[in-house]
Amino acid sequence: MQFGILVNEGPYTHQASDTAYLFARTAIEKGHTVPRVFFYHDGVNNSTRLATPPQDDRNVSARWSKLAADHGVDLVVCVAAAQRRGINDDVLAPGYRISGLGQLVEMGIQYDRLVTFGD
Amino acid sequence: MSDMDDMDDGSGVIKKFMFLNRKAPHGTVYALEGLEVVLITAAFDQDVSMVFTDDGVFQLMKGIDTKGIEVKDFSKTYRALEGYDIEKLYVDQASMDARGLTEDDLIVDVTVLSVDEMANLMAEQDVVISF
Amino acid sequence: MLHIVNKSAAERSSLESCLRMATKGSAVLLIEDAVYAVTNGNAAAAKIQAAAADLKIYALGPDLAARGMAGRVLDGVNVVDYGGFVDLVAEHSNCQSWL
Repeated sequence: MQFGILVNEGPYTHQASDTAYLFARTAIEKGHTVPRVFFYHDGVNNSTRLATPPQDDRNVSARWSKLAADHGVDLVVCVAAAQRRGINDDVLAPGYRISGLGQLVEMGIQYDRLVTFGD
Repeated sequence: MSDMDDMDDGSGVIKKFMFLNRKAPHGTVYALEGLEVVLITAAFDQDVSMVFTDDGVFQLMKGIDTKGIEVKDFSKTYRALEGYDIEKLYVDQASMDARGLTEDDLIVDVTVLSVDEMANLMAEQDVVISF
Repeated sequence: MLHIVNKSAAERSSLESCLRMATKGSAVLLIEDAVYAVTNGNAAAAKIQAAAADLKIYALGPDLAARGMAGRVLDGVNVVDYGGFVDLVAEHSNCQSWL
């Protein structure tokens, strides 16, 4: 089954990005595919390569990048939300790209399931 | 509107999309950015419903004046939805009652649903996007 | 439908709204801070137990454990892990997050 994931919140402040990541990783382990994850509202803040969290805790931005690298997950950051919050191509971590809200709508149309994680 | 036809994903699939709005405007960004998703969805010829429950009903208030808080007033955008063929706006009766609101207080025409009607509407959707 | 609730019932009205709107036979999965609602003696316990007559109530085990609540779950609540979460989404034709 193809799962789409919508992440509405940024790293650390809310659990949403963590829960979404563990859901995505588990879905892939169970043989499903997660073709795309869409980051909206403060969720765009997951995409920064500039985060340097403490070494003894997870790196939220980077582990999405690793999921993308290992399993071909397309990490899409909403352009309008990104512009409001100062996220542009210069600061993106690997695996993320900035694109339009149409990418989210397509997920709803094309995939079997779309799950929202937010506040 | 013709340039928006380019955004059709080409598959011919029509799904029931429901946008769930439960939060008041301005205290958080979700009302504004949620509306932006709905406007984009209009270009995809899907079966779109917008549902306003709990504090979400406040998004549709008449008489909004944001000058004093110096933020964009996007309330008139709800009236523009009809021009985008987004006409199914549903409001929860109980949420309105709990907030002392009637349809006359709202900036657009809506369909007011009982809890059972709204529950059934939600249950029949293909895709629910929450903000 | 699978309903997903993530905020504490003491903080947010999302659980209450979800239980009001979920149709008979639906599943409700509590994740993150919402898991407190399925613990013994909490203020929402009666509401959860009443809802369990018509709805299938699930809670995410890792979130219970992370909050020290793994041993305090109400009878009638199904505890699932992330695999179970994925299965619930797959098994239900639609899902709705109450944020």
